[in-house]
Amino acid sequence: MACGVLPVSSGCATTHSFASAPWATNGVAKMQNGLPVLAQNLCHPDSANGYKVRISIKTALSDKAYEWNENEMYFFQASLAFAMRTYHLTKPYNVNNIIVCNETQRVSFWFVVTSPDNHTELISKAEVEEAVRKSRHRINSAFLLTDKTLEFIDINPTLVPPAVPDTPPWLIVFGVVIGAVFAGIIALLVSAVLQKRKKAKDRMEDEQAEEDIHVNGLENGIGLDGAYNRGFPDDDRFTKL
Amino acid sequence: MSSQDPDGGNSVEERPKWNNKAEYLLTCIGFAVGLGNVWRFPYLCQIYGGGAFLIPYLIALVFQGLPLLYLELAIGQRLRTGSIGVWTSISPYLGGLGIASLVVSFCVSLFYNTIVAWVLWYLFNSFQEPLPWSQCPLKINNTGYEEECVKSTAVNYFWYRQTLNITPTIETSGSLQWWLVVCLATAWCIVYICFIRGIETIGKAVYVTATFPYLVLTIFLVQALTLPGATDGLIHLFTPKWEILMNPQVWLDAATQIFFSLSLAFGGLISFSSYNQQKNDCERDAIVVGVINSATSIYASIPIFAILGFKAHTNLITCLNGNILALTNAFEISDMNITTENYDQWFDYLNKTHTEKVFNLNLKTCNMQDFLQQSASGTGLAFIVFTEAVISMPASQVWAVLFFIMLFSLGLSSMFGNLEGVLTPIHDLKLVPNWIPRELFTAIICTISFLVALIFTMGSGNYWLEIFNGYVGSVPLLIIAFFEIIAVVYIYGIRRFSDDLEFMTGRRPNIFWKVCWLVISPLMLFVVLVAYVSVQAQTHPNYPAWNPNYEKFPDTEMIPYPDGAFAVCVLLSSIPVMPIPIVAIYRLICRLSGKRSTSNPKLPNPYDNKGYVVNS
Repeated sequence: MACGVLPVSSGCATTHSFASAPWATNGVAKMQNGLPVLAQNLCHPDSANGYKVRISIKTALSDKAYEWNENEMYFFQASLAFAMRTYHLTKPYNVNNIIVCNETQRVSFWFVVTSPDNHTELISKAEVEEAVRKSRHRINSAFLLTDKTLEFIDINPTLVPPAVPDTPPWLIVFGVVIGAVFAGIIALLVSAVLQKRKKAKDRMEDEQAEEDIHVNGLENGIGLDGAYNRGFPDDDRFTKL
Repeated sequence: MSSQDPDGGNSVEERPKWNNKAEYLLTCIGFAVGLGNVWRFPYLCQIYGGGAFLIPYLIALVFQGLPLLYLELAIGQRLRTGSIGVWTSISPYLGGLGIASLVVSFCVSLFYNTIVAWVLWYLFNSFQEPLPWSQCPLKINNTGYEEECVKSTAVNYFWYRQTLNITPTIETSGSLQWWLVVCLATAWCIVYICFIRGIETIGKAVYVTATFPYLVLTIFLVQALTLPGATDGLIHLFTPKWEILMNPQVWLDAATQIFFSLSLAFGGLISFSSYNQQKNDCERDAIVVGVINSATSIYASIPIFAILGFKAHTNLITCLNGNILALTNAFEISDMNITTENYDQWFDYLNKTHTEKVFNLNLKTCNMQDFLQQSASGTGLAFIVFTEAVISMPASQVWAVLFFIMLFSLGLSSMFGNLEGVLTPIHDLKLVPNWIPRELFTAIICTISFLVALIFTMGSGNYWLEIFNGYVGSVPLLIIAFFEIIAVVYIYGIRRFSDDLEFMTGRRPNIFWKVCWLVISPLMLFVVLVAYVSVQAQTHPNYPAWNPNYEKFPDTEMIPYPDGAFAVCVLLSSIPVMPIPIVAIYRLICRLSGKRSTSNPKLPNPYDNKGYVVNS
């Protein structure tokens, strides 16, 4: 089927060819694309209403990296169309409203968005930016990539503030430590006070006991009536014959 | 008749003593092994030619460190009092020496515990995922990252802004940072709980605080050796550069490092050994403590430098990846075609073919040696360099927690010695009335220290801490140690000292010790003192200030000290040593003017006739 100048129907896919550099296995190369002439005029590098996209699949996925080919590009155009639809809820954007050019082996390319009503009219840069921002997470997820590996040059990702818990964690650790230390201090001080009291009591009891033995004749704790007469020693046990 | 004392029980309080020898040795080792072993020695080793630095270091240990250490332990053990009592016993004119030790110990414990508080702050913050110093915080309106953080690094930002909240100059004081006050209070509470019952509780605490660092160092050693770049760091550290030994600065730094590392002249070692029984082999103790201290320094530098090598390697990879990304994007090369392995070939090829375009990219030169040389000492090593390395390790929280608990143990066990040098002399002088129990007295000292140390929690606190660190913890100690050795060897007399040593250890000191005490150590101390002071005096001192508005930010701005701060520097160096001449002159005046102190045992009392015992 011949792809005419206008309109670009959905049955006519844009073709790309990958040229490889003669002196290296993966050299620097520029892609040819078989876009219709008018579409080529709308999409060019540094276009006023276009954005550059840079994709780093191997960096993101290393072993599980998929290869970038026409199908992936079609998927990308579809996801951008989805983003535009989500933004402009009334307008039915199609895959052919997203025009891509200057694809390199990096992988990077430029795209512009045409209006579904008029194929020569480009959607403004600001609106495209808003649309992309709104659906950025969905686009990233579709390609298993992140803000850093799927870059829209000049559309800065919105920074997500880190989750701040209500009580800073360090206060919790501090609370545990200081609680343990205070408990230890109080325990040691109380035991010191108790020990001193016990020592004083023991000392007093000893003194009392000695005093009682010498003065009151309190022997072995048993009270004897009367006063102990030192002049009469109880040494029966020694003088038994 | 009963021969009991009329007031019942013991009227003389027994001097506390160590539960066993191990507690005493661990306490002394813990006092000597401190933060400096971990963050000062490896740095010196690196800048002074690696393995070659060990030569001046070991010479200084043998001829200066060990003799002084043996001397302090011996006199404390023999005279059985704290530092003031010891010097007053040797000669009343020397009482000022003990007071000087006390003042220095007090000043050092003020700022040392602040460093312990900073370690606690980092420790409390290590229990988060992700670590708070690993990423920059966002600006208030979420449009981007904090500018100060982006210009320096996240780690620098966390230290200078979120921890210290540092002011641009020392004159702007800023306000008290409440989180630092809280950590400082915690540090003093922990010190207090270890000191509650004196050496009874200290002796228990050192079983943990003195041994735990070795465990952590070993764990780090094993882990660090598995990291990439570790061997580069170790080779860089230990490769000897012999020509550096020609530089006298190396010998000066080796001597000062040994001296400060062994914690001499603080009075703490004298206090600890005074709780020993007299018949104890202090010569062996001194050699054990000295050798273990130096061995710990060398052992600690291995994991530290392995990890620094790992950090340099990580920085190198990050630098290369930045360049690779720039080249890949500029030349639209397929993703991941340029890797760190083939980077050089790609760079050469692209530079030849598209020289101007490559030039305009402003690529950074990524050289491993440059990264290896970016090391630091002191707080910079622990809180900036090491924390950055920890982020790149797997399971970083675990390593961060381990590292900061190790630093905390090292600091705490040194604090024991610092504070002991304050408490024991005051206690021995019987300046404290009897109705104040020891626990309360310790609490009062801790509270006073905490309140004074609040100056270090202000915005400009770090600058003041560096002043204290540089001026109190250096020249006064050298002066005190010099007078100590002169006092013992020449005033007390080497013969009397040798007799005491024979009484305590069972053998007279051999010729090596005698030669060191008489000639080598005092000479070395004197030379080191003079050299140190003259090196300091050559330049008007300035300090590195963290000023976000400086044009070469994130480099620190070197500002000369203003007059007020400079006056404080001079005061801090001179006030601790003032008591030495003041007390000597005071006693001289007392003696010349004929006043006799009531407790002078030397003059006989003509009314004391021992032939007539009064019995009631």
